[in-house]
Amino acid sequence: MTKPLKQVHLAAHFPGVNNTTVWSDPQAGSHIEFSSFAHFARTAERAKFDFLFLAEGLRLREQGGKIYDLDVVGRPDTFTVLAALAAVTERLGLTGTINSTFNEPYEVARQFASLDHLSDGRAAWNVVTSWDAFTGENFRRGGFLPQDERYSRAKEFLATAGELFDSWRGDEIVADQGTGTFLQDAKAGAFVHEGRHFDIQGRFNVPRSPQGRPVIFQAGDSDEGREFAASSADAIFSRYAALDAGRAFYTDVKSRLSTYGRRADQLLILPAASFVLGDTDAEAEEIAKDVRRRQVSGATALKHLEFVWNRDLSGYDPEGPLPDIDPDPGEHHIARGRAQVRMYRDPLATAREWRALAEANNWSIRDLVIETGNRQNFIGSPETVARTINDYVQADAADGFILVPHLTPGGLDGFADKVVPLLQELGVHRTEYEGTTLRDHLGLAHPDQAGGERVAS
Amino acid sequence: MSSTPSSPLHLAVALDGTGWHPASWREPVSRPRELLTAGYWAGLVAEAERGLLDFVTIEDGLGPQSSHFLDPDDRTDQVRGRLDAVLIASRVAPLTHHIGLVPTVVATHTEPFHLSKAIATLDYVSTGRAGLRVQITARPTEAAHFGRRTIPRIEAYDDPATQELVTDLFDEAADYVEVVRRLWDSWEDDAEIRDVATGRFVDRDKLHYIDFEGRHFSVKGPSITPRPPQGQPPVTALAHDTVPYRLVARATDVGYVTPHDSDQARAIVAEIRAEQERAGRAADPLHIFGDLVVLLDEDPAEAAARRDRLDALAGEEYRSDARIFAGSPAQLADLLQELQATGLSGFRLRPAVAGHDLPAITRGLVPELQRRGAFRSAYEADTLRGLLGLTRPANRYATATV
Repeated sequence: MTKPLKQVHLAAHFPGVNNTTVWSDPQAGSHIEFSSFAHFARTAERAKFDFLFLAEGLRLREQGGKIYDLDVVGRPDTFTVLAALAAVTERLGLTGTINSTFNEPYEVARQFASLDHLSDGRAAWNVVTSWDAFTGENFRRGGFLPQDERYSRAKEFLATAGELFDSWRGDEIVADQGTGTFLQDAKAGAFVHEGRHFDIQGRFNVPRSPQGRPVIFQAGDSDEGREFAASSADAIFSRYAALDAGRAFYTDVKSRLSTYGRRADQLLILPAASFVLGDTDAEAEEIAKDVRRRQVSGATALKHLEFVWNRDLSGYDPEGPLPDIDPDPGEHHIARGRAQVRMYRDPLATAREWRALAEANNWSIRDLVIETGNRQNFIGSPETVARTINDYVQADAADGFILVPHLTPGGLDGFADKVVPLLQELGVHRTEYEGTTLRDHLGLAHPDQAGGERVAS
Repeated sequence: MSSTPSSPLHLAVALDGTGWHPASWREPVSRPRELLTAGYWAGLVAEAERGLLDFVTIEDGLGPQSSHFLDPDDRTDQVRGRLDAVLIASRVAPLTHHIGLVPTVVATHTEPFHLSKAIATLDYVSTGRAGLRVQITARPTEAAHFGRRTIPRIEAYDDPATQELVTDLFDEAADYVEVVRRLWDSWEDDAEIRDVATGRFVDRDKLHYIDFEGRHFSVKGPSITPRPPQGQPPVTALAHDTVPYRLVARATDVGYVTPHDSDQARAIVAEIRAEQERAGRAADPLHIFGDLVVLLDEDPAEAAARRDRLDALAGEEYRSDARIFAGSPAQLADLLQELQATGLSGFRLRPAVAGHDLPAITRGLVPELQRRGAFRSAYEADTLRGLLGLTRPANRYATATV
């Protein structure tokens, strides 16, 4: 028997504070006005995407002690903009990244439960951890978490929020105007949590929301992060969009689920993926090259090199050869508030490798950064991109993709108009939403039903 | 009434569940099962906008509603449970066009950094109609929801320990507002330059660390969210006594007070104006709004009977910090104009039954005030600051750079 075709899940990441947004493009609009978010969300909903995704950063990035000024700077508050987007869409899921270090479970749980009510069951939470004192300086308790405590706190944070979500069963409100009984349970919302990171008790004041709990996303890639996702998440936001790396990640993470008594379909793997469309594959390649050059200006290339060198390289010519001095192996002090600095675990080796690459290919600093840096994941005609995405999903490199266009807010329009109809023709993407909640779109059971299944099995 | 038009007054409504009377949910016009839906709130705010009101406030709290000031109760005969007010305001914002949206936020257990960007974002999604109402909580049980600090139980309201605790919580709230305001200013209006020639998206010289150091917390900044459309969305607070009056005078654009007659109103206004002077803000515009719970019917006897009926359903007489008015729209208009003469510039009306008294305000009281030349006949501004007659403030950091 042939394997049935998997459905391709699609989501849209609003392009904002990252080094892939081409803000200099004449078509680039505001990344902060609500009209941009509304346009983007409506396009995603028109294309019957599962959800819209927002990233978060709680301190402006710095390099060399100065606020980083070469990429988009500034973004809205996640919860607030998602609640407003619930007013201009009807089915699209609304996924927000919310940090578990600089928040408290009671407040985050009531915000997500509120968002789930206000969107009729479309809320999702990408749980991230952050531990640096740099970000902590914006918060009243300041401070940071030793790295080995990150997942410990995140896990307990999520578990505690879960206890708050579950503190209402969902049938307490009877609101019988005749008899005068509003609640049938005087203790609705009662909770007690005693743990290592949180010791709280009382009454949760948001009754149970349509999805019971928001859908949980996780984005960490370390061994601990993968375990966390396997134990606690509904979907994982990975960075392995390429076929082989995607399959390796997919196999690894899905194999961890059984340890937690979960089935493979209870955790979706959704890599972030960028794309470039052209009328032909060749035209798309040309556009893609041009986009990469615009993503990496000479100044950006030098700043990127500083992530590895951990030195001020502003005196170098980006169109010239790589620095012959070695990286500063000490504690990283150049770039702050961004994830990339952790990607280069061995700066000396990376520098050696890059110098060799640049010499062999006669690359300038800028060429090297362009060639080794972000390359769009899907480049081609709509036919090529639709086919490739489908092939990757059928080959279990992913369950779908979170698309990150390089233009705000219209970067998704071409994909919605040209690629999505082809995926629909292939029978792998919905032509209408089948359900109303994000859990419906993702094929995830309501937590109450899932609980029932677990008891029954 | 006299034929000379009075100076226009400002009108807001305070939205809380099905209304402020604890038995309001039992009225057929109330829709208690819809309290947790967006449609319910959109309907109320649309009604307020139909009445050309300046703004709505939305009540909130970090614990369940209670009939006791300091403790939760175990009652099952009143509305319990509610949604986050900032998110309600944001959900409603794209569906409305003129009315100000002022959610309640609790300063005691939340982060000013998060709140600042949330209200800035509400200002973006409403294109300049956001405000906030700051409040504190002295409930030990709500402190236990966070587990970060303990708040001692208030045993007597007049003992020195209570005074100290309350003063401390309000001082913290003043710091909180200061941080929120500095974060709004931490981006100059023209910080985003998109200078393709130099590759710079922002001019970093127009982004500012706020470097706030206070007794309760410190915050570095700048905000992650650019300066909101209004520059500074209006900050509001409810106050009943000297310590909170001081917060109103030091930190807000609109204070809500609860006088029960004109003499009280005059005394409160005088006290707040004196505090304002003491805070060095005498020249700053500061609205003082009177809060009133209202039951409105064309026939005053009907309003009184409705109040009695609601009290009977609740099993006790409804008491409020604010004066409870039951009567006709014309009588309320008389009262508002009388109180206005004491120095109040507007009123925040608390509908006893949202489904009944809010439309009575918008379709009864408002036309009555309009006939008297005492209320606008069309929205005259696009922003909440504009409706309140407040200019867009200069950025405190803008002059710091050359």
